Amino acid sequence: MDIISGQKPGASEQHPIARNVSRRNFLRFAGITGASAAIIITGCGKDETDEMDGGVNLGSGDIGVLNYAYALEQLEAAFYTRVAEMPYNNISPLERQYFEEIRDHEIAHRELFKKALANNAIRNLEVDFSAVNFSNRESVLATAKAFEDLGVSAYNGAGKLLTNPDYLLLAGKIVSVEARHAALVRDLIANGSFADNTIVDANGLDRSLNPMEVLAAAAPFVKTRINASNLPTN
Amino acid sequence: MNLYNVVDQIEKLDPDMSGRLDGRRAALKQFTSFAGKVALAAVPLSLGGMLKKAYGQSVTTVLDVLNYALTLEYLEAEFYTQAVASAGLIPAGAPTGAITTIRDHENAHVAFLRTAIQGAGGTPVNKPNFDFTAGGAFANVFSNYDTFLAVAQAFEDTGVRAYKGQAAKLISNNDVLTAALNIHSVEARHASHIRQMRRARGAAVKPWITGKDLGGLPAATAAIYAGEENATQAGVEITNINGMSISMDDATEAFDEPLTEQQVLAIVRPFIR
Repeated sequence: MDIISGQKPGASEQHPIARNVSRRNFLRFAGITGASAAIIITGCGKDETDEMDGGVNLGSGDIGVLNYAYALEQLEAAFYTRVAEMPYNNISPLERQYFEEIRDHEIAHRELFKKALANNAIRNLEVDFSAVNFSNRESVLATAKAFEDLGVSAYNGAGKLLTNPDYLLLAGKIVSVEARHAALVRDLIANGSFADNTIVDANGLDRSLNPMEVLAAAAPFVKTRINASNLPTN
Repeated sequence: MNLYNVVDQIEKLDPDMSGRLDGRRAALKQFTSFAGKVALAAVPLSLGGMLKKAYGQSVTTVLDVLNYALTLEYLEAEFYTQAVASAGLIPAGAPTGAITTIRDHENAHVAFLRTAIQGAGGTPVNKPNFDFTAGGAFANVFSNYDTFLAVAQAFEDTGVRAYKGQAAKLISNNDVLTAALNIHSVEARHASHIRQMRRARGAAVKPWITGKDLGGLPAATAAIYAGEENATQAGVEITNINGMSISMDDATEAFDEPLTEQQVLAIVRPFIR
Protein backbone atom coordinates (compact mmCIF):
# COMPACT_ATOMS: atom_id res chain seq x y z
CA MET A 1 0.00 0.00 0.00
CA ASP A 2 1.29 3.42 -0.83
CA ILE A 3 1.70 6.08 1.73
CA ILE A 4 -0.36 8.99 0.58
CA SER A 5 -1.83 6.98 -2.20
CA GLY A 6 -2.08 9.24 -5.19
CA GLN A 7 -4.34 8.74 -8.16
CA LYS A 8 -3.14 6.44 -10.87
CA PRO A 9 -1.95 8.08 -14.07
CA GLY A 10 -4.95 9.12 -16.08
CA ALA A 11 -7.46 8.67 -13.31
CA SER A 12 -9.55 11.75 -12.78
CA GLU A 13 -11.29 11.16 -9.51
CA GLN A 14 -9.89 11.65 -6.05
CA HIS A 15 -7.44 9.07 -4.84
CA PRO A 16 -8.59 6.40 -2.36
CA ILE A 17 -7.10 7.97 0.74
CA ALA A 18 -8.68 11.30 -0.07
CA ARG A 19 -12.05 9.62 -0.39
CA ASN A 20 -11.60 7.84 2.88
CA VAL A 21 -10.33 10.78 4.85
CA SER A 22 -13.16 13.25 4.88
CA ARG A 23 -12.57 16.95 5.14
CA ARG A 24 -14.24 16.85 8.50
CA ASN A 25 -11.62 14.40 9.66
CA PHE A 26 -8.88 16.56 8.24
CA LEU A 27 -10.10 19.53 10.19
CA ARG A 28 -9.96 17.40 13.28
CA PHE A 29 -6.56 15.99 12.44
CA ALA A 30 -5.48 16.19 16.04
CA GLY A 31 -7.22 12.86 16.41
CA ILE A 32 -4.96 11.13 13.94
CA THR A 33 -2.94 8.50 15.70
CA GLY A 34 0.47 7.11 15.05
CA ALA A 35 -1.11 3.72 14.64
CA SER A 36 -3.31 4.73 11.74
CA ALA A 37 -0.44 6.53 10.08
CA ALA A 38 1.77 3.49 10.50
CA ILE A 39 -0.72 1.40 8.60
CA ILE A 40 -0.69 3.84 5.75
CA ILE A 41 3.06 3.68 5.32
CA THR A 42 3.34 -0.09 5.26
CA GLY A 43 4.92 -1.37 2.12
CA CYS A 44 5.91 1.81 0.40
CA GLY A 45 7.29 1.47 -3.06
CA LYS A 46 10.74 2.24 -4.31
CA ASP A 47 11.87 5.46 -5.87
CA GLU A 48 11.60 4.27 -9.46
CA THR A 49 8.09 3.01 -8.86
CA ASP A 50 7.11 6.32 -7.35
CA GLU A 51 8.37 8.23 -10.33
CA MET A 52 6.77 5.86 -12.85
CA ASP A 53 3.43 6.21 -11.11
CA GLY A 54 3.71 9.99 -11.11
CA GLY A 55 4.34 10.06 -7.37
CA VAL A 56 7.27 11.53 -5.49
CA ASN A 57 9.75 10.09 -3.04
CA LEU A 58 10.92 12.61 -0.46
CA GLY A 59 14.23 10.84 -0.05
CA SER A 60 16.28 10.22 3.06
CA GLY A 61 18.32 12.13 5.64
CA ASP A 62 18.23 15.90 5.86
CA ILE A 63 17.36 16.14 2.16
CA GLY A 64 14.26 14.05 2.80
CA VAL A 65 13.21 16.27 5.70
CA LEU A 66 13.73 19.40 3.60
CA ASN A 67 11.65 17.88 0.81
CA TYR A 68 8.97 17.11 3.39
CA ALA A 69 8.96 20.79 4.39
CA TYR A 70 8.99 21.74 0.71
CA ALA A 71 5.89 19.61 0.14
CA LEU A 72 4.03 21.33 2.98
CA GLU A 73 5.06 24.77 1.80
CA GLN A 74 3.86 23.91 -1.72
CA LEU A 75 0.49 23.00 -0.25
CA GLU A 76 0.22 26.16 1.84
CA ALA A 77 1.43 28.46 -0.94
CA ALA A 78 -1.04 26.95 -3.40
CA PHE A 79 -3.88 27.39 -0.92
CA TYR A 80 -3.17 31.05 -0.16
CA THR A 81 -2.59 31.79 -3.83
CA ARG A 82 -6.16 30.66 -4.42
CA VAL A 83 -7.42 32.64 -1.41
CA ALA A 84 -5.73 35.79 -2.68
CA GLU A 85 -6.97 35.25 -6.27
CA MET A 86 -10.57 34.77 -5.22
CA PRO A 87 -11.08 36.39 -1.82
CA TYR A 88 -14.12 35.22 0.11
CA ASN A 89 -17.32 37.25 0.10
CA ASN A 90 -17.24 40.52 1.99
CA ILE A 91 -13.59 40.17 2.93
CA SER A 92 -12.32 43.21 4.81
CA PRO A 93 -9.39 45.19 3.39
CA LEU A 94 -7.24 44.21 6.37
CA GLU A 95 -8.02 40.51 6.08
CA ARG A 96 -7.31 40.68 2.35
CA GLN A 97 -3.95 42.33 3.06
CA TYR A 98 -3.09 39.72 5.69
CA PHE A 99 -3.89 36.81 3.37
CA GLU A 100 -1.85 38.34 0.55
CA GLU A 101 1.08 38.71 2.93
CA ILE A 102 0.70 35.16 4.25
CA ARG A 103 0.65 33.98 0.62
CA ASP A 104 3.91 35.80 -0.02
CA HIS A 105 5.49 34.33 3.13
CA GLU A 106 4.55 30.82 2.04
CA ILE A 107 5.79 31.42 -1.49
CA ALA A 108 9.09 32.67 -0.04
CA HIS A 109 9.36 29.47 2.03
CA ARG A 110 8.48 27.27 -0.94
CA GLU A 111 10.90 28.92 -3.30
CA LEU A 112 13.73 28.84 -0.78
CA PHE A 113 13.37 25.07 -0.39
CA LYS A 114 13.13 24.66 -4.14
CA LYS A 115 16.31 26.63 -4.69
CA ALA A 116 18.19 25.09 -1.77
CA LEU A 117 17.26 21.54 -2.76
CA ALA A 118 18.04 22.18 -6.44
CA ASN A 119 18.35 18.81 -8.17
CA ASN A 120 17.19 17.00 -5.05
CA ALA A 121 13.85 18.82 -4.96
CA ILE A 122 10.67 16.86 -5.50
CA ARG A 123 8.56 18.03 -8.41
CA ASN A 124 5.54 20.30 -8.10
CA LEU A 125 2.70 18.62 -6.24
CA GLU A 126 -0.79 18.47 -7.63
CA VAL A 127 -3.24 19.83 -5.08
CA ASP A 128 -6.96 19.32 -4.60
CA PHE A 129 -8.94 22.04 -2.83
CA SER A 130 -12.35 20.81 -3.99
CA ALA A 131 -13.41 20.47 -0.36
CA VAL A 132 -12.87 24.20 0.23
CA ASN A 133 -15.55 26.79 -0.54
CA PHE A 134 -13.33 29.73 -1.42
CA SER A 135 -16.21 32.20 -1.47
CA ASN A 136 -17.10 31.36 2.10
CA ARG A 137 -15.10 32.99 4.90
CA GLU A 138 -15.82 30.21 7.37
CA SER A 139 -14.62 27.51 4.98
CA VAL A 140 -11.42 29.39 4.08
CA LEU A 141 -10.58 30.25 7.69
CA ALA A 142 -11.22 26.71 8.90
CA THR A 143 -8.91 25.33 6.22
CA ALA A 144 -6.28 27.98 6.90
CA LYS A 145 -6.38 27.18 10.60
CA ALA A 146 -5.92 23.49 9.89
CA PHE A 147 -3.00 24.14 7.54
CA GLU A 148 -1.24 26.56 9.90
CA ASP A 149 -1.63 24.43 13.01
CA LEU A 150 -0.53 21.43 10.97
CA GLY A 151 2.49 23.32 9.67
CA VAL A 152 3.55 24.30 13.19
CA SER A 153 3.14 20.72 14.41
CA ALA A 154 5.05 19.43 11.40
CA TYR A 155 8.07 21.69 11.91
CA ASN A 156 8.02 21.05 15.65
CA GLY A 157 8.10 17.32 14.96
CA ALA A 158 10.70 17.57 12.20
CA GLY A 159 13.35 19.44 14.19
CA LYS A 160 14.68 16.28 15.79
CA LEU A 161 14.92 14.56 12.40
CA LEU A 162 17.52 17.03 11.15
CA THR A 163 21.25 16.53 11.68
CA ASN A 164 22.58 19.77 10.20
CA PRO A 165 22.27 22.66 12.70
CA ASP A 166 21.93 25.19 9.87
CA TYR A 167 18.85 23.41 8.57
CA LEU A 168 17.49 23.20 12.12
CA LEU A 169 17.87 26.96 12.51
CA LEU A 170 16.20 27.52 9.15
CA ALA A 171 13.25 25.38 10.23
CA GLY A 172 13.12 27.39 13.45
CA LYS A 173 13.03 30.65 11.51
CA ILE A 174 10.05 29.40 9.54
CA VAL A 175 8.01 27.67 12.25
CA SER A 176 7.57 30.77 14.39
CA VAL A 177 6.20 32.63 11.38
CA GLU A 178 3.76 29.77 10.78
CA ALA A 179 2.77 30.06 14.45
CA ARG A 180 2.18 33.80 13.99
CA HIS A 181 -0.07 32.95 11.04
CA ALA A 182 -1.85 30.24 13.02
CA ALA A 183 -2.57 32.60 15.90
CA LEU A 184 -3.92 35.28 13.56
CA VAL A 185 -6.18 32.89 11.68
CA ARG A 186 -7.48 31.42 14.94
CA ASP A 187 -8.22 34.91 16.24
CA LEU A 188 -10.08 35.74 13.01
CA ILE A 189 -12.29 32.71 13.68
CA ALA A 190 -12.69 33.37 17.41
CA ASN A 191 -10.78 36.17 19.10
CA GLY A 192 -8.69 34.78 21.94
CA SER A 193 -8.28 31.28 20.48
CA PHE A 194 -4.69 31.98 19.33
CA ALA A 195 -3.26 29.37 21.70
CA ASP A 196 -6.26 27.69 23.29
CA ASN A 197 -6.30 24.27 24.88
CA THR A 198 -7.21 22.54 21.62
CA ILE A 199 -3.61 23.13 20.47
CA VAL A 200 -1.57 23.96 23.60
CA ASP A 201 -1.43 21.38 26.40
CA ALA A 202 -1.43 21.75 30.20
CA ASN A 203 2.37 22.17 30.20
CA GLY A 204 2.01 25.14 27.86
CA LEU A 205 3.47 23.13 24.96
CA ASP A 206 2.42 23.30 21.33
CA ARG A 207 1.91 20.07 19.42
CA SER A 208 4.46 18.02 17.50
CA LEU A 209 3.47 15.53 14.82
CA ASN A 210 5.62 13.08 12.89
CA PRO A 211 5.68 13.11 9.08
CA MET A 212 3.32 10.16 8.76
CA GLU A 213 0.69 11.90 10.88
CA VAL A 214 1.14 15.16 9.00
CA LEU A 215 1.03 13.63 5.53
CA ALA A 216 -2.04 11.59 6.42
CA ALA A 217 -3.75 14.78 7.57
CA ALA A 218 -2.72 16.62 4.41
CA ALA A 219 -3.61 13.72 2.09
CA PRO A 220 -7.14 14.92 1.18
CA PHE A 221 -5.58 18.05 -0.31
CA VAL A 222 -2.74 16.43 -2.24
CA LYS A 223 -3.31 14.37 -5.38
CA THR A 224 0.32 13.46 -5.91
CA ARG A 225 1.33 10.31 -4.09
CA ILE A 226 4.05 11.11 -1.55
CA ASN A 227 6.41 8.39 -0.39
CA ALA A 228 7.93 9.35 2.96
CA SER A 229 9.19 5.91 3.87
CA ASN A 230 12.86 6.84 3.66
CA LEU A 231 12.60 9.79 6.04
CA PRO A 232 14.51 9.52 9.31
CA THR A 233 12.36 8.63 12.30
CA ASN A 234 14.42 10.16 15.08
CA MET B 1 33.03 6.24 31.34
CA ASN B 2 30.56 3.71 30.08
CA LEU B 3 27.08 5.18 30.28
CA TYR B 4 25.57 1.80 30.94
CA ASN B 5 27.69 1.53 34.08
CA VAL B 6 26.07 4.68 35.36
CA VAL B 7 22.71 3.03 35.22
CA ASP B 8 24.17 0.01 37.01
CA GLN B 9 25.32 2.33 39.76
CA ILE B 10 21.94 3.98 40.00
CA GLU B 11 20.35 0.57 40.32
CA LYS B 12 22.71 -0.32 43.16
CA LEU B 13 21.93 2.91 44.96
CA ASP B 14 18.28 2.80 44.15
CA PRO B 15 17.01 -0.75 43.56
CA ASP B 16 13.58 0.53 42.56
CA MET B 17 15.07 2.45 39.66
CA SER B 18 14.85 -0.41 37.23
CA GLY B 19 11.31 -1.03 38.29
CA ARG B 20 10.31 2.52 37.54
CA LEU B 21 12.00 2.61 34.20
CA ASP B 22 11.49 -0.02 31.60
CA GLY B 23 14.93 -1.41 31.19
CA ARG B 24 18.41 -0.04 31.00
CA ARG B 25 18.21 1.26 27.47
CA ALA B 26 15.01 3.08 28.27
CA ALA B 27 16.61 4.47 31.40
CA LEU B 28 19.41 5.96 29.37
CA LYS B 29 17.00 7.35 26.85
CA GLN B 30 14.73 8.75 29.52
CA PHE B 31 17.46 10.25 31.59
CA THR B 32 17.30 13.43 29.64
CA SER B 33 13.80 12.79 28.43
CA PHE B 34 10.88 14.93 29.41
CA ALA B 35 8.70 11.89 28.93
CA GLY B 36 10.46 10.34 31.88
CA LYS B 37 10.46 13.42 34.01
CA VAL B 38 8.11 12.12 36.63
CA ALA B 39 10.19 9.04 37.35
CA LEU B 40 13.42 10.95 37.08
CA ALA B 41 12.33 13.72 39.37
CA ALA B 42 12.45 11.07 42.06
CA VAL B 43 16.15 10.40 41.45
CA PRO B 44 18.05 11.94 44.38
CA LEU B 45 19.75 15.15 43.36
CA SER B 46 23.06 13.85 44.69
CA LEU B 47 23.15 11.57 41.68
CA GLY B 48 23.01 14.57 39.42
CA GLY B 49 26.70 15.31 39.79
CA MET B 50 27.71 11.78 38.91
CA LEU B 51 25.39 11.64 35.94
CA LYS B 52 26.55 15.04 34.81
CA LYS B 53 30.16 13.85 34.82
CA ALA B 54 29.21 10.73 32.95
CA TYR B 55 27.32 12.57 30.28
CA GLY B 56 29.91 15.30 30.15
CA GLN B 57 29.58 18.42 28.08
CA SER B 58 26.31 17.62 26.40
CA VAL B 59 24.26 17.42 29.57
CA THR B 60 26.00 20.48 30.97
CA THR B 61 25.08 22.36 27.82
CA VAL B 62 21.50 21.15 27.89
CA LEU B 63 21.11 22.11 31.55
CA ASP B 64 22.60 25.52 30.83
CA VAL B 65 20.12 26.06 28.02
CA LEU B 66 17.23 24.93 30.21
CA ASN B 67 18.23 27.25 33.04
CA TYR B 68 18.61 30.12 30.60
CA ALA B 69 15.13 29.38 29.25
CA LEU B 70 13.82 29.16 32.82
CA THR B 71 15.15 32.64 33.57
CA LEU B 72 13.26 34.06 30.61
CA GLU B 73 10.11 32.19 31.58
CA TYR B 74 10.36 33.52 35.15
CA LEU B 75 10.50 37.01 33.65
CA GLU B 76 7.41 36.49 31.52
CA ALA B 77 5.45 34.59 34.18
CA GLU B 78 6.08 37.23 36.83
CA PHE B 79 5.31 40.02 34.37
CA TYR B 80 1.88 38.68 33.41
CA THR B 81 1.09 37.62 36.98
CA GLN B 82 1.67 41.16 38.22
CA ALA B 83 -0.21 42.62 35.25
CA VAL B 84 -3.33 40.51 35.79
CA ALA B 85 -3.20 41.42 39.50
CA SER B 86 -2.99 45.17 38.71
CA ALA B 87 -6.51 46.50 39.13
CA GLY B 88 -7.74 48.56 36.21
CA LEU B 89 -4.78 47.81 33.94
CA ILE B 90 -6.27 45.32 31.47
CA PRO B 91 -9.81 45.84 30.17
CA ALA B 92 -12.30 43.17 31.19
CA GLY B 93 -13.47 40.64 28.63
CA ALA B 94 -11.28 39.50 25.72
CA PRO B 95 -8.12 41.36 26.77
CA THR B 96 -8.13 39.96 30.29
CA GLY B 97 -8.96 36.53 28.89
CA ALA B 98 -6.01 36.62 26.49
CA ILE B 99 -3.50 37.88 29.04
CA THR B 100 -4.69 35.30 31.55
CA THR B 101 -4.18 32.56 28.96
CA ILE B 102 -0.66 33.80 28.28
CA ARG B 103 0.11 34.12 32.01
CA ASP B 104 -0.98 30.54 32.56
CA HIS B 105 1.25 29.29 29.71
CA GLU B 106 4.28 31.11 31.10
CA ASN B 107 3.68 29.70 34.57
CA ALA B 108 3.30 26.25 33.03
CA HIS B 109 6.61 26.73 31.19
CA VAL B 110 8.30 27.62 34.49
CA ALA B 111 6.97 24.50 36.20
CA PHE B 112 7.80 22.32 33.20
CA LEU B 113 11.39 23.57 32.92
CA ARG B 114 12.01 23.27 36.67
CA THR B 115 10.80 19.67 36.62
CA ALA B 116 12.87 18.90 33.55
CA ILE B 117 16.03 20.40 35.04
CA GLN B 118 15.60 18.46 38.26
CA GLY B 119 14.81 15.34 36.29
CA ALA B 120 18.10 15.67 34.44
CA GLY B 121 20.02 15.98 37.69
CA GLY B 122 20.37 19.74 37.58
CA THR B 123 19.34 22.52 39.92
CA PRO B 124 16.89 25.11 38.66
CA VAL B 125 18.17 28.66 38.96
CA ASN B 126 16.33 30.88 41.43
CA LYS B 127 13.81 33.40 40.24
CA PRO B 128 15.50 36.82 39.96
CA ASN B 129 13.98 39.97 41.41
CA PHE B 130 12.45 41.89 38.55
CA ASP B 131 11.94 45.56 37.87
CA PHE B 132 9.43 45.76 35.03
CA THR B 133 9.80 49.52 34.85
CA ALA B 134 13.38 48.88 33.68
CA GLY B 135 14.74 51.50 36.03
CA GLY B 136 11.94 53.90 35.25
CA ALA B 137 11.96 53.64 31.46
CA PHE B 138 8.51 52.03 31.65
CA ALA B 139 7.40 53.67 34.89
CA ASN B 140 3.69 53.16 34.17
CA VAL B 141 3.98 49.56 32.92
CA PHE B 142 1.33 48.33 35.37
CA SER B 143 -0.92 51.36 35.21
CA ASN B 144 -0.95 52.20 31.49
CA TYR B 145 -2.40 49.53 29.22
CA ASP B 146 -0.46 50.61 26.13
CA THR B 147 2.86 50.60 27.98
CA PHE B 148 2.03 47.17 29.34
CA LEU B 149 1.25 45.83 25.84
CA ALA B 150 4.43 47.37 24.44
CA VAL B 151 6.57 45.63 27.05
CA ALA B 152 4.61 42.41 26.47
CA GLN B 153 5.41 42.57 22.75
CA ALA B 154 9.05 43.18 23.58
CA PHE B 155 9.17 40.13 25.85
CA GLU B 156 7.31 37.81 23.46
CA ASP B 157 9.32 38.71 20.37
CA THR B 158 12.52 38.42 22.42
CA GLY B 159 11.40 35.03 23.73
CA VAL B 160 10.79 33.70 20.24
CA ARG B 161 14.22 34.83 19.11
CA ALA B 162 15.88 33.52 22.27
CA TYR B 163 14.58 29.95 21.94
CA LYS B 164 15.47 29.94 18.25
CA GLY B 165 19.04 30.86 19.13
CA GLN B 166 19.41 27.78 21.35
CA ALA B 167 18.04 25.15 18.98
CA ALA B 168 21.40 24.11 17.56
CA LYS B 169 22.77 23.45 21.07
CA LEU B 170 20.00 20.93 21.62
CA ILE B 171 20.37 19.09 18.33
CA SER B 172 21.80 15.98 19.98
CA ASN B 173 18.96 15.68 22.48
CA ASN B 174 15.73 14.97 20.64
CA ASP B 175 13.42 15.19 23.64
CA VAL B 176 14.71 18.49 24.93
CA LEU B 177 14.86 19.94 21.42
CA THR B 178 11.26 18.98 20.70
CA ALA B 179 10.06 20.39 24.02
CA ALA B 180 11.93 23.63 23.36
CA LEU B 181 10.37 23.86 19.90
CA ASN B 182 6.95 23.25 21.41
CA ILE B 183 7.48 26.18 23.78
CA HIS B 184 9.01 28.33 21.02
CA SER B 185 5.92 28.18 18.80
CA VAL B 186 3.63 28.99 21.74
CA GLU B 187 5.68 32.13 22.37
CA ALA B 188 5.22 33.01 18.69
CA ARG B 189 1.45 32.56 19.03
CA HIS B 190 1.55 34.91 22.03
CA ALA B 191 3.62 37.44 20.08
CA SER B 192 1.12 37.36 17.23
CA HIS B 193 -1.80 37.98 19.56
CA ILE B 194 -0.12 40.74 21.59
CA ARG B 195 0.70 42.48 18.31
CA GLN B 196 -2.96 42.23 17.29
CA MET B 197 -3.96 43.68 20.66
CA ARG B 198 -1.61 46.59 20.07
CA ARG B 199 -2.95 47.11 16.57
CA ALA B 200 -6.46 47.27 18.01
CA ARG B 201 -5.13 50.14 20.15
CA GLY B 202 -3.82 51.97 17.11
CA ALA B 203 -0.21 50.78 16.93
CA ALA B 204 1.15 50.26 13.42
CA VAL B 205 2.09 46.61 13.85
CA LYS B 206 1.16 43.33 12.20
CA PRO B 207 1.23 39.82 13.71
CA TRP B 208 4.66 39.31 12.14
CA ILE B 209 7.88 41.33 12.27
CA THR B 210 8.61 43.59 9.29
CA GLY B 211 12.29 44.36 8.86
CA LYS B 212 13.69 45.62 12.16
CA ASP B 213 10.64 47.80 12.73
CA LEU B 214 10.06 48.56 16.41
CA GLY B 215 6.31 48.92 15.94
CA GLY B 216 6.19 52.06 18.04
CA LEU B 217 8.35 50.73 20.87
CA PRO B 218 10.90 53.18 22.33
CA ALA B 219 14.19 53.47 20.47
CA ALA B 220 15.91 51.91 23.47
CA THR B 221 14.36 48.58 22.48
CA ALA B 222 16.09 48.48 19.09
CA ALA B 223 18.22 45.50 20.15
CA ILE B 224 15.07 43.36 20.25
CA TYR B 225 14.64 43.66 16.48
CA ALA B 226 18.27 44.00 15.42
CA GLY B 227 18.97 41.53 12.62
CA GLU B 228 15.31 40.96 11.72
CA GLU B 229 15.96 42.90 8.52
CA ASN B 230 17.90 39.91 7.18
CA ALA B 231 16.60 38.89 3.74
CA THR B 232 19.16 36.22 2.90
CA GLN B 233 18.47 32.65 4.02
CA ALA B 234 20.82 29.71 3.50
CA GLY B 235 22.84 31.96 1.21
CA VAL B 236 19.80 32.66 -0.95
CA GLU B 237 18.37 36.15 -1.50
CA ILE B 238 14.66 35.90 -0.71
CA THR B 239 13.57 39.14 -2.39
CA ASN B 240 12.06 38.22 -5.76
CA ILE B 241 13.38 34.69 -5.36
CA ASN B 242 13.07 32.54 -8.49
CA GLY B 243 11.34 35.39 -10.28
CA MET B 244 8.49 35.56 -7.76
CA SER B 245 7.14 38.92 -6.63
CA ILE B 246 8.51 38.87 -3.09
CA SER B 247 9.12 42.33 -1.62
CA MET B 248 11.77 43.16 0.94
CA ASP B 249 9.05 43.41 3.60
CA ASP B 250 7.69 39.96 2.68
CA ALA B 251 11.20 38.53 2.66
CA THR B 252 11.96 39.72 6.18
CA GLU B 253 8.52 38.86 7.57
CA ALA B 254 8.68 35.28 6.27
CA PHE B 255 11.59 34.37 8.55
CA ASP B 256 12.10 35.17 12.24
CA GLU B 257 15.74 35.54 13.25
CA PRO B 258 17.58 34.16 16.30
CA LEU B 259 19.29 36.05 19.10
CA THR B 260 22.33 34.82 21.00
CA GLU B 261 22.23 34.39 24.76
CA GLN B 262 24.46 37.45 25.14
CA GLN B 263 22.09 39.57 23.04
CA VAL B 264 19.06 38.38 25.01
CA LEU B 265 20.67 38.95 28.39
CA ALA B 266 21.59 42.47 27.34
CA ILE B 267 17.93 43.05 26.43
CA VAL B 268 16.49 41.70 29.69
CA ARG B 269 19.18 43.00 32.07
CA PRO B 270 17.40 46.34 32.68
CA PHE B 271 14.42 44.33 33.94
CA ILE B 272 16.46 42.40 36.51
CA ARG B 273 17.34 44.11 39.80
